[in-house]
Amino acid sequence: MGDISLVSLVFILPLLGVLALIFEPLFERQTNEQAIRWLTLGVSLGTFGLSLLMLNNFDTGVAGLQMEHKIDWIEADGFTIRYYVGVDGISVWMVMLTTFIMPLAILASFGPIQERVRLYYIFLLLMEWAMIGVFIAQDLFLFYVFWEVTLVPMYFLIGIWGAEERIYAAIKFFLYTMAGSLLMLLAVLWLGNEAGTFTLPEIIEQIQTGELSLGTTTERWLFLAFAIAFAIKVPMWPLHSWLPDAHVQAPTAGSVILAGILLKMGTYGFVRFNLPLFPEASKTFAPYIAGLAVIGIIYGAWVSYGQKDVKKLVAYSSISHLGFVMLGIFALNSTGIQGGILQGVNHGISTGGLFLMVGMLYDRRHTKLMAAFGGIWKAMPLFSGISLVIVLSSMGLPGLNGFVGEFTILLGSAGSEILSWWFTAFAALGIIMAAIYMLYMFNTVFMGELDKEENRNLPDLNWQELWSLIPIVVMVFVIGLQASIFFDLMDESAEALAAPYVANPNAEALVELNTGDVELAVALWAISGAVIGVVVTPIIYSGRGRNPWSGGLVGAAAGAAGNLLLLVPLWVYTPALEVDEHALPATSEAPGD
Amino acid sequence: MESSEVAIELYVVLSAILFIMGALGVLLRRNAILIFMSVELMLNAANLALAAFARQWGNGDGQVLVFFVMTVAAAEVAVGLALIVAIFRTKHSIDIDELHKFSG
Amino acid sequence: MENFFDLVPLVVFIPLAGMLLNLFAGQNLGERGVAIIAVGASASAFLIALLLWIAQIDTGYGAAVIDAPLLGSWIEIPSAGVDIGWQFRVDTLSVTMMLVVTGVGTLIHLYAVGYMHGDERFPRFFVYMNLFLVFMLVLVTGNNFLMMFVGWEGVGLCSFLLIGFWFDKAHGEGWKNSDAARKAFIVNRIGDFGLILGVLLTFWTFGTLDYYVPGEEPLAHHAETEEADVPLFGTGVEEAEEEAHATGPMGVFNQAEIWLEEGDHEVEFGMVSLSFKTTITIITLLFLLGATGKSAQIPLFVWLPDAMAGPTPVSALIHAATMVTAGVYMMVRSNVLYHASDTASAVVALVGAGTAIVAGYIAVGQWDIKRVLAYSTVSQLGFMVTAVGVGAYTAAMFHLVTHAFFKALLFLASGSVIHGMEHGHHHLAHAHDGHGHDHDADAHDDDFDPQDMRFMGGLREKMPITYWTYLFGTLALAGIIPFAGFWSKDEILLDSLKAGLDDGHMEGYVGFGVLLVAAAFTAFYMWRQVSLVFYGKARHEAADHAVESGRVMTVPLMTLAAFSLGIGFINIPSGFPILSALFGEHRFANWLEESVTYAHGGTANLLLAALAVLVATIAIYFARSVYSDEAMVDLSQDPLEDDLHIRRVFGWANAKLYWDEFYFSFIVYPYQRAAKWLADVLDWQFWHDFVHERIIYRSYRGATDVLTEPVDKGVIDGSFNKLGDLTRQAASRVRLIQTGYVRTYALSVLFGSLLVIFLILFPVIRELLGI
Repeated sequence: MGDISLVSLVFILPLLGVLALIFEPLFERQTNEQAIRWLTLGVSLGTFGLSLLMLNNFDTGVAGLQMEHKIDWIEADGFTIRYYVGVDGISVWMVMLTTFIMPLAILASFGPIQERVRLYYIFLLLMEWAMIGVFIAQDLFLFYVFWEVTLVPMYFLIGIWGAEERIYAAIKFFLYTMAGSLLMLLAVLWLGNEAGTFTLPEIIEQIQTGELSLGTTTERWLFLAFAIAFAIKVPMWPLHSWLPDAHVQAPTAGSVILAGILLKMGTYGFVRFNLPLFPEASKTFAPYIAGLAVIGIIYGAWVSYGQKDVKKLVAYSSISHLGFVMLGIFALNSTGIQGGILQGVNHGISTGGLFLMVGMLYDRRHTKLMAAFGGIWKAMPLFSGISLVIVLSSMGLPGLNGFVGEFTILLGSAGSEILSWWFTAFAALGIIMAAIYMLYMFNTVFMGELDKEENRNLPDLNWQELWSLIPIVVMVFVIGLQASIFFDLMDESAEALAAPYVANPNAEALVELNTGDVELAVALWAISGAVIGVVVTPIIYSGRGRNPWSGGLVGAAAGAAGNLLLLVPLWVYTPALEVDEHALPATSEAPGD
Repeated sequence: MESSEVAIELYVVLSAILFIMGALGVLLRRNAILIFMSVELMLNAANLALAAFARQWGNGDGQVLVFFVMTVAAAEVAVGLALIVAIFRTKHSIDIDELHKFSG
Repeated sequence: MENFFDLVPLVVFIPLAGMLLNLFAGQNLGERGVAIIAVGASASAFLIALLLWIAQIDTGYGAAVIDAPLLGSWIEIPSAGVDIGWQFRVDTLSVTMMLVVTGVGTLIHLYAVGYMHGDERFPRFFVYMNLFLVFMLVLVTGNNFLMMFVGWEGVGLCSFLLIGFWFDKAHGEGWKNSDAARKAFIVNRIGDFGLILGVLLTFWTFGTLDYYVPGEEPLAHHAETEEADVPLFGTGVEEAEEEAHATGPMGVFNQAEIWLEEGDHEVEFGMVSLSFKTTITIITLLFLLGATGKSAQIPLFVWLPDAMAGPTPVSALIHAATMVTAGVYMMVRSNVLYHASDTASAVVALVGAGTAIVAGYIAVGQWDIKRVLAYSTVSQLGFMVTAVGVGAYTAAMFHLVTHAFFKALLFLASGSVIHGMEHGHHHLAHAHDGHGHDHDADAHDDDFDPQDMRFMGGLREKMPITYWTYLFGTLALAGIIPFAGFWSKDEILLDSLKAGLDDGHMEGYVGFGVLLVAAAFTAFYMWRQVSLVFYGKARHEAADHAVESGRVMTVPLMTLAAFSLGIGFINIPSGFPILSALFGEHRFANWLEESVTYAHGGTANLLLAALAVLVATIAIYFARSVYSDEAMVDLSQDPLEDDLHIRRVFGWANAKLYWDEFYFSFIVYPYQRAAKWLADVLDWQFWHDFVHERIIYRSYRGATDVLTEPVDKGVIDGSFNKLGDLTRQAASRVRLIQTGYVRTYALSVLFGSLLVIFLILFPVIRELLGI
């Protein structure tokens, strides 16, 4: 038994929200849909706030787990299954991604979802709960449980609120993923049996100290069992066939969650389990997996270009992007792993944004065919401007988030001791191809003549839509310009992960780290959010011949209040917000002569 | 064993004869009353045997049992005759072969 | 004055602020407000660039590295030793670029205020223009390759946005503009592919991407560079080497110098192990691929002519003066690396020379006024790239500067011509409505194209200022003494020849010969253009009604014309009669040497100068004789086509050598078809439908059917049903026992009793019988 930790709080809050939604009818005579929406949004924002607090409490100097919470769950003969949660530098970003994306997905559902509202939001919060569970679980069995639990809400989200072929897509999604995870269950049981425990850090320690020796063959089989489960989720080429169906049929929020977070469970799994548990097998299989990743990069980008449907194009682009992530991870060095993790976050943000964008187009025109659009920029300037930023971020324009991830991954794979140069060269081709399909999409949808009558009077963004996109745009720039903040937190953990694979770790490069950066970043984030809310939104709205204080005001107030609220826990937790001098720009002296 | 006393074998033989008569009556007769009487005959055959053996062994248990049998038989007669009357009222017959189906 | 260096972030941040202001508030400000903000931002940046220039001179050309305010380190991964910061570099090279970008940029901004007047997205245009300045300045001021890459792709983005600025034009024009924009971005991305690979290799070779770390000076800084051929390594290097070792980390270039000095250095990282020389050759060739994209060289120059779809100020600023020279800047910045690799340098020179002649030839056959200038730009960029290839880094930068002025001038003047033509055309169409500017006005007359030179003619009288400024630009471009182009082009020719004569580099001779021919082409097509546009008689009523543009447009024209005449004097070769005494000897070279290690000044060669001028003059004379007033009356075909032998040659030039067609049929269409095939056939029909739906799903389904019908229903269900039947049959037989006759039951009771009795008595009987 440990004291309840912040991580556990982050984990529990969505579940409380689910309970509140279930018992909501007890307090009202009839279901109040608006109240449900706001309640859900509030819960997810609260979770985000708590997770920011967690981020603030994170100690960058530690490679291992932090904020652990351990309770024995099932005690059996010889081993114990535990509720054991905690975060390290890698999972902390995954949790942050989850809590960041969820409020946006919820906000974006305000308009489109008008049927079975309560059930819908219950599933969304369940989804959030289970996904956080996956990212924080440190017990193999607990992880497996959450891994499977995520399937259920997503199955219903696709199956109930999806498009025409939703049932087919939902079942395919469920079965495909299930098939992989059963292999993983076998591997989990085997491993637990061998090690006498299901607790991940203990098993890793046993493996590192040589106490537990699996033998080459067993290790490879176990690696593959885990790898197939994760590869299906990622999805790696050629196991991607479930993805276009699920993405295209899912409701907007479902696609956002699917692309933004669920796929990351796969890449996270590789980092969390395959790398530390099976070092020898990882080394053996790395070129093959990286090869599949590179094929995925090129194949996904190429196939994207051949699509007629925007949503499908975005779905296939995920295969390409996730290929980059996998390439980074299996470069098996610190740079690559960090690039992979950051690119996972980036992909969550920008592809999440792309799916939101497609959803907004679909809500207006009820079609997703690119040919139905053209010249939308003229009809919806605000929307198109924001879309441009997201599209550019997705195709990796330097200065935006996608580039930092891709560059770091390529840097890692170029310097990899396991992968040859060719992997990097071919992966870099993906950058060209990303420009081809992304600009093709942008050109056909947003540019060109506004020559279709029904597109002429499309309404621009309403405040929910605007506020579900603005945080994405902000993060696109924050990560793109200040990636160091993110690398800072994961550096120790990634280095520890890469340690078994790197012949001579760059010892001299170990530099003192400072936590001040994070606090500063959180504060900046909150303040900038508030400023945008108060200043920018009315300006944007006033420029379009509307009353700046009508539509914009609600959004502005909500945004500002929400962001300022984030400051409160920050201040409570850190008595004085100390600004570290490292975080401030240091002016180097001009050489004088 | 004293000669003045009737030998036990005779009682048993008599009891057996009575019992066989009763049994044959039950099997062969079709009149319900007669079957009923034959059943009584069998019961009394058993009573006789019980009383005889009780006397033989000087044990009261057998005789006590005879009384029990007689009371049960009396009750049975009461119920049985009532049933027969009821059957007669519905069927206007007490021929047992006409009662081979449990239908009103 | 050193404090002035701290101002350098403002060069980027002021245009950024202007851009943000116009982006968020532009709709409410009106044209005047937007224009003031945008032009003001650009002009302020120029002022700061001037201050930096003064500070440079004042501090003895010391370089400085300034951290960007508000931003911390950009990509910092301590465990891998990656530390890429947001750092600005002030040295003579970056200040030169800053001055050109902001100086020409401000004039073009000003011009655009007039040119874009009345456009419905006026604010948006200036948002993009300011954004372009931001990225371009990031490109030239960044202190590491990755920051340069930010600017590099960022200007590409702005180029994309501005080429496609009129994406909504009617009659298919909008789609054409959008496609041109996309083409530009994608072709550039192909170059960026090379550049980013080069950057990766650079990082793993040197462990850093910084040009020079703060406080570091180029090693060969103080070496005497009178004779370019003398190896630069001397005592100065060793001292600096010791100094560098003492101070710790070094930037890319000094590290390269030291390793080159050491000789046989091996580069090892990951699975790669190469000799240092080979590594440098690979890096520089990859960089060259990047430069061919951005600076429109063979094989990636095809995007630039299409980029003329953008508004003319865009063509002037981005596609002539600044962005397209980024490749040249990048190579000059990396001069240490290029200097070290003879192979790469030779390739660079050949690519440049090839581009110069090919583009010059194509330009002869074009009818669109802006397309001629576009190919001319490509050709002139070829000159600069050749200069880099033959090691004439000063000449490359010098030509970059002069070209920025006169090519911007030519584009702006052509914009003025187009403006005048549109005005005339508009005047015709709406003779009663008076004037106004509507870019869709030509909708009613599909044949008319305000950019087609066949519709022009005789504009000399109608637009005198435009004519004279255009003439200045043309003379400068043609390389007529004393205009700016003469000095820079002559220096390139001279250095090429010297590279051949003195160093025995074959590409020097090739470059010299090819460039001389290309220069002749330049003079020819420019004079052809001047004749077609300004001389002779008006060939269309629109040309007849054309009027001179307003002051806001002509003032920048005149300013640029003055520069086109005078800017060449900053770098008079040593020993040139009179002028070198008047303006000083190769001052620009001296200035540049402070930051470009292998820059060197030129010595005048009067013979060569005379040859170059002679060639240009003959070409001009020839052009004027072909395009005489009489020949230009009927332009159903080009006068060149009159001669059957030349007709063919003209046809090829007019068809742009079928370069685009070649790419389309060999790269673009196959790629598209492959994409369709992959998407529809391989991924969907085969993998999704056939494998998953048919093989996996159907075989599962088939197995299900087998299990349901024969196995489940037949065997399992069947056996249970059979059991049930048997039971029932047995029961129906057994049922017969129940007769309902009391006596039967009684009899069975009797038998039962007898059986029981028998069983009880069995032991007794057995005893009795003695069994």
